[in-house]
Amino acid sequence: MRVHLPYHLRKLAQIEGEGVELNVAAPATIAAVLDALEAQYPVLRGTVRDHGTLKRRPFIRFFACKEDLSHEPTTTPLPEAVVKGEEPFLIIGAMAGG
Amino acid sequence: MSKVRVLVGTKKGAFVLTSDGKRKNWEVSGPHFAGWEIYHVKGSSVDPNRIYASQSSGWFGQIIQRSDDGGKTWTPPGSNPDDLKTPEGFPKGESNKFVYDGAVGTHMWYDGTQHPWEFKRIWHVEPSLTDPDTVFAGAEDAAIFKSTDGGKTWKELSGLRGAKGNLWQPGAGGMAVHTILLDHKNANRMFVAISAAGAFRTDDGGKTWKPINKGLKSPYQLPDPDAEVGHCVHRIAMHPSRPDVLFMQKHWDVMRTDNAGGVWNDIGGNLPTDFGFPIDVHAHEPNTVYVVPIKSDSEHYPLDGKLRVYRSRSGGNDWEALTKGLPQKDCYVNVLRDAMCVDSMDSCGIYFGTTGGQVYGSADSGDTWEPIVRDLPAVLSVEVQTLK
Repeated sequence: MRVHLPYHLRKLAQIEGEGVELNVAAPATIAAVLDALEAQYPVLRGTVRDHGTLKRRPFIRFFACKEDLSHEPTTTPLPEAVVKGEEPFLIIGAMAGG
Repeated sequence: MSKVRVLVGTKKGAFVLTSDGKRKNWEVSGPHFAGWEIYHVKGSSVDPNRIYASQSSGWFGQIIQRSDDGGKTWTPPGSNPDDLKTPEGFPKGESNKFVYDGAVGTHMWYDGTQHPWEFKRIWHVEPSLTDPDTVFAGAEDAAIFKSTDGGKTWKELSGLRGAKGNLWQPGAGGMAVHTILLDHKNANRMFVAISAAGAFRTDDGGKTWKPINKGLKSPYQLPDPDAEVGHCVHRIAMHPSRPDVLFMQKHWDVMRTDNAGGVWNDIGGNLPTDFGFPIDVHAHEPNTVYVVPIKSDSEHYPLDGKLRVYRSRSGGNDWEALTKGLPQKDCYVNVLRDAMCVDSMDSCGIYFGTTGGQVYGSADSGDTWEPIVRDLPAVLSVEVQTLK
């Protein structure tokens, strides 16, 4: 599965390119993607979701196939195109500067 | 020959400034962690190559960074790919896991109700005086954490929040442990300061804490003149040789205690204003103290547009303005609480950074100043290491 990450997280995890390829355990859900991401890149723990509560950080958003999945339960199955690797799962830092 | 390394945290990264003992010519490296807020960077006095940095972002939260080569390279402790090869097995990635101990508990909120503690960031890192792997971290919402494995894992010293934490209420700048002072003569004694809560002391290595705010007056914040907590302490400082003597820059008032916080006395004396943020003590003269008076809590810039450090050589009350080399017109920057420090060269160096991105240095105890750099992002913290 392809996962795109914001610039600062790619730099923090020393990732080249826009994102990473992950082997995600079935069923492929938002939580499963984050579990796989954090297992492969432990430095990202706590940066996308809180350590303790595992809640999404307020200015992080999840998108896939042009749909905003940020408020979906993390147990929600991901679209087939994402599971097949045809479309990326997008982790985005919200435009919230001001 | 000795040299100095100045560690600068800014709103958009960290910078390392190095010079020889003359402190005339400087090399600047950075930005490290570009684009992130670096609240504090501080080196171990035991192993000067060991430096800890607090890196944070409103988007991505808290990261702790560590350098083991004097700031050339950095790694979040325990997250280096090389850790995969160690007997510890797969890295846990817990160097940024700051979880309050036990039940989270509540503190006073702006409307007078109780509000749960919520971790936001680390404001201050304080390496141990004896062990480079031991380091303390001051957090917002106010708490102190300790690591004994070089920053890989952290545990809260929750006794601090037991010191009437339910009565602490955040001020406009948040509610954070922004100052941690380690007693050079008593390993079990530490002091911390918290905005809008006060100063606190432990005598048992951090298990239990008590407020040490007697003598502080905050009539516009606290109707109770004897309030034990709730005083807005901006900074406290000590000289290593005299750990019972502390100097304090409070929101308003510059104070001193001679009995480790038993009682505080006003030493503002002839200061043009006693509002400000940093306070520090000369490396070789325990009675020489520095502050940067700021006009008021409504106008966070120097009086009359003149950037002046004030020095007292008598432990307070009598203050002289230090102006040579500092802008004396049209200057409207602020100097934040963690943005002043002193080196321990024979001729003591003083350094401070401004919200305008300048870092000024003096190699002669404050008599004259020069800008080391002028155009950094807003400076949040300045620390210095004196290297042999």
